[in-house]
Amino acid sequence: MNPVRLIGRAALSLTRGIGAVTLFTLRGLFRLRPFHGRAFGAQLVQIGWLSLPVVGLTALFTGAALALQIHSGGARFQASDVVPAIVAIGMVRELGPVLGGLMVAARVASSIAAEIGTMKVTEQIDALVTLSTDPMRWLVTPRLWAAVLTVPVLVGVGDIIGIMGGWLVGTQSLGFNSTAYLANTSAYLERWDVVSGLLKGAVFGLIVAVCGCWFGIHSGRGAAGVGRATKSAVVAAAVGILAANFVLTGLFFE
Amino acid sequence: MIQVSGLRKSFGGKPVLSGVDLAVGQGESLCVIGQSGTGKSVLLKCILGLTQPDAGQILWQGRPLDRRTRPAFMARFGMLFQGAALFDSLTVWQNVAFRLRQRMPDAQARAVAIEKLARVGLGPETADLMPAELSGGMAKRAGLARAIADDPAVIFFDEPTTGLDPIRARRINDLIRGIVTETGATAITITHDMDSVRAIGDRVALLQDGRIAWEGQVPAMDHAAPLAGFLGNTPPL
Repeated sequence: MNPVRLIGRAALSLTRGIGAVTLFTLRGLFRLRPFHGRAFGAQLVQIGWLSLPVVGLTALFTGAALALQIHSGGARFQASDVVPAIVAIGMVRELGPVLGGLMVAARVASSIAAEIGTMKVTEQIDALVTLSTDPMRWLVTPRLWAAVLTVPVLVGVGDIIGIMGGWLVGTQSLGFNSTAYLANTSAYLERWDVVSGLLKGAVFGLIVAVCGCWFGIHSGRGAAGVGRATKSAVVAAAVGILAANFVLTGLFFE
Repeated sequence: MIQVSGLRKSFGGKPVLSGVDLAVGQGESLCVIGQSGTGKSVLLKCILGLTQPDAGQILWQGRPLDRRTRPAFMARFGMLFQGAALFDSLTVWQNVAFRLRQRMPDAQARAVAIEKLARVGLGPETADLMPAELSGGMAKRAGLARAIADDPAVIFFDEPTTGLDPIRARRINDLIRGIVTETGATAITITHDMDSVRAIGDRVALLQDGRIAWEGQVPAMDHAAPLAGFLGNTPPL
């Protein structure tokens, strides 16, 4: 086939895909009436509360490992003392949102895609329509808003736990004084560091929920179709988070 | 009450419905039969607006079913799905009362749900079970209770006895007939189970090659030549 035609077809397909996902996201976010409060509450628990253990554990071990790395790396140029500041800035600006987002992607995007995909193949989505309920408003809107609102909270909690992981390692094995460690942490941490991380969390939450809902609703038939939808949702969410992180970091700190 | 005329639908260039004409009167029970893959479910989905037809018209009470009129139609509609299609994340009573809970307090909706469950032969102890805890027959009954929960004027039944043993299938058929007679609802049943047709239907239509190949009263179907092959009878000479 003509290579120009191939490129043109790919460009058209990509544009169509981006347009479709954008419209899907806007409809999911802003078709609020009637708002299904019960479904929203359930998603706050599912996406937010139940992701807390995995995000917390990830942050704890990341903060602890970061402290060890900065201490041993910093020793090469007599800068071991910067451990509290680097752990805090690294966690809050970058590792907290990105790793928290990736953990939520693994846990939530897969579960949303599998749940909605199964609902599709077992005609539960058709059943919603027959019960005068718009599947977008019932399934998508609550998940999108729950993710946008809870992932920043998870990131905030993860930041605190990550910093405490660094503090634990710093005071228990690297010989830092506890009060000095915490004082250093707060002295070098700026408000924008925290806010930018939380904003990233909101964007990552949206990416996770959109990927889960999109691939779930467009799931193929049968168990294989749901399996493919789940895999695609996690991969797309993870890549989307890393790409968005690059863009947002450039936007916030350049 | 429901009239379908010239309905056409193709998938990937392959015609499934090639000009279906059908009418169901108020309070009438019509069974649409046909072999697997003849487009029975597509016909239902076109009427429901779940699938967009390529051509043709669907009228409800003499008015075309479109974006403006469909919400009023759906508000008076109930459907029993082939696999019951109960929502996994909700209990049985929450499934049955799904629509009711959007306009009345939970306690009141639950009471109606338990009453409807009793109507289909399920006790109040099933109300708090999850759909995964139900047998196939119980799930069908719960799906039926959900379909009739809001006293619909139109009910669709998609393969209501598929996957059930003959005894449970007979019970479901009797329940459906009883409910349709008692409520005076207009019913369309998609099936290839002739026992269901005899138990549920007033009239029967054969969907074949994308068109209605025959339609008539249920007692007449045993003598209808186009149905002979489908029924496994030797056509009358």
